[in-house]
Amino acid sequence: MSTKRKVTDGLIKACIFVSVTIVVGLLIAIIGYIFYRGLPNITWNLLTTQRSVLQDNIGILPNLIYTLYIIITSLVIALPVGVCAAIYLTEYATNAKVVRVIEFATETLTGIPSIIFGLVGYLFFCQKLHLGSSVLAGSLTLVVMILPTIVRTTQEALKTVPESYREGAIGLGATRWYMIRTVVLPCTGDGIVSGAILAIGRIVGESAALIFTAGMGYSLVTNYFQALGTSGGTLSVMLYHYVNDEAEYDTGFAIAAILMILVLIINFAAKLVKRKSRKV
Amino acid sequence: MNRKYLTEHVMHVIFLVCGFVTIGCVLAISLYMIISGIPAIKEIGLINFLFGTKWASTAADPSYGILAFILSSICGTLGACVLGIPLGILMAVFLSKMAKNKVAGIVRPAVELLAGIPSVVYGLIGMIVLVPFIRKVFHLTNGTGLLAVIIVLTVMILPSIISLAETALSSVPPEYEEASLALGATKMETVFKVSIPAAKSGIAAGVVLGVGRAIGEAMAVMMVAGNVPNMPSLFNSVTLLTTAIAKEMSYASGLQRQALYSIGLVLFVFIMIINLVLNVALKRGNKK
Repeated sequence: MSTKRKVTDGLIKACIFVSVTIVVGLLIAIIGYIFYRGLPNITWNLLTTQRSVLQDNIGILPNLIYTLYIIITSLVIALPVGVCAAIYLTEYATNAKVVRVIEFATETLTGIPSIIFGLVGYLFFCQKLHLGSSVLAGSLTLVVMILPTIVRTTQEALKTVPESYREGAIGLGATRWYMIRTVVLPCTGDGIVSGAILAIGRIVGESAALIFTAGMGYSLVTNYFQALGTSGGTLSVMLYHYVNDEAEYDTGFAIAAILMILVLIINFAAKLVKRKSRKV
Repeated sequence: MNRKYLTEHVMHVIFLVCGFVTIGCVLAISLYMIISGIPAIKEIGLINFLFGTKWASTAADPSYGILAFILSSICGTLGACVLGIPLGILMAVFLSKMAKNKVAGIVRPAVELLAGIPSVVYGLIGMIVLVPFIRKVFHLTNGTGLLAVIIVLTVMILPSIISLAETALSSVPPEYEEASLALGATKMETVFKVSIPAAKSGIAAGVVLGVGRAIGEAMAVMMVAGNVPNMPSLFNSVTLLTTAIAKEMSYASGLQRQALYSIGLVLFVFIMIINLVLNVALKRGNKK
């Protein structure tokens, strides 16, 4: 082999190792720095009180609750709709063209940036439907945003159910819905769960779509139905608010650390579900 | 029997309706963007709006030209691609062709984790670490600007480029590579002259997906861009399409607010074009 070829070969290998080092190093640096600045600032007071300008106190308890409420509300609406859409695509739709159009729409929805969801959500839910900036309006906006994720993961799971299962059920005289309910759906549980986990990940990290629709409220409302009508900021939105508007960097890093812990848990849970479904 | 038939029918209708929800959403979003974006463009004039160089929405004699936003958005995205594509492809080559299972088992979840970090967290790091760093290194009064935007966006688009490129590289038939190796090519020559050309449509899809993410990112960019409507420059505060909307939405009213919807429409058109390109790229990849 000529020296020139040897040198190029070595150079390319060096480039690859440099880029791997950069990316992995970057990740370790980001996580390390956030935990280094954030963990010391996560205090009991921060987690269990609410913001009070008068007492100069910063607490994120209401925002933890709002985040939870928005996750629950979005999933309660998006999961049934998304799963049904996936069932329609794989079990009912017979026209290939219709399937293609729906899949194209789903993909387009995935590609729309969150700020556009925020704009349209604001125009439609907050103004047209007079919901104002509220947890409900924010959740409805997020429903549209996470729908494609749920449809896609459920569809993947439905495709892995062996055709012979369906034929067996139909052959025994089951109607189509009975077959789906008793044979197909029980096999797709893991797929639906992993879709839900991915969706939770997106909701937790979302900020641009929520800032105009759910607002940045931080007063404590524990009643779920009352909370639906009030403006409530999720953790990500509050992180932006504290850092950008109030220059409270320590609080910002504390929230960032909490978000990182949540992301780690979500990634780990997704992996667990994937491993479990592969075993079955 | 009759009741069974009825349930069957009702369920069919429910599934049908849910199936068409996504189409409805896309149509509704497009319609809303167009209806709310058109009035301001009409009032300002399409040419004045798209190619006007001055944005002074709160001045006594307001002018609404978004050329600077468009150019900044494009420059930021292109810059992120220039940095992100080589890095991403090299990473994908490493993961699919070089890394042992154990190493790939550590690096791959790390990349996935990178994708899961919320954008505001990237913004925070950019604001607290990156911007002061740029200010110090280049002796500026303010470190915000396109350079910071590009670096933050690069990190954010890497995961999509890496994961799609890796999938594409892994699905190249091993016979291609074996033939090349048997002819005496080195491993690296094989990867760059056989595997990557064979996987180019998948890699292209990853790049287009990354471009879509970069041009649509708002919050992270907002925290490092500086948000002054300057023409694009590496070391001067800039405003992008997304940040222009996010920054003024909270207090805008009247024509100013409508102009923001129009910016949204411009962004939406960009995204739709990117989506179409992505679809074509993916379809071409599947045909092979």
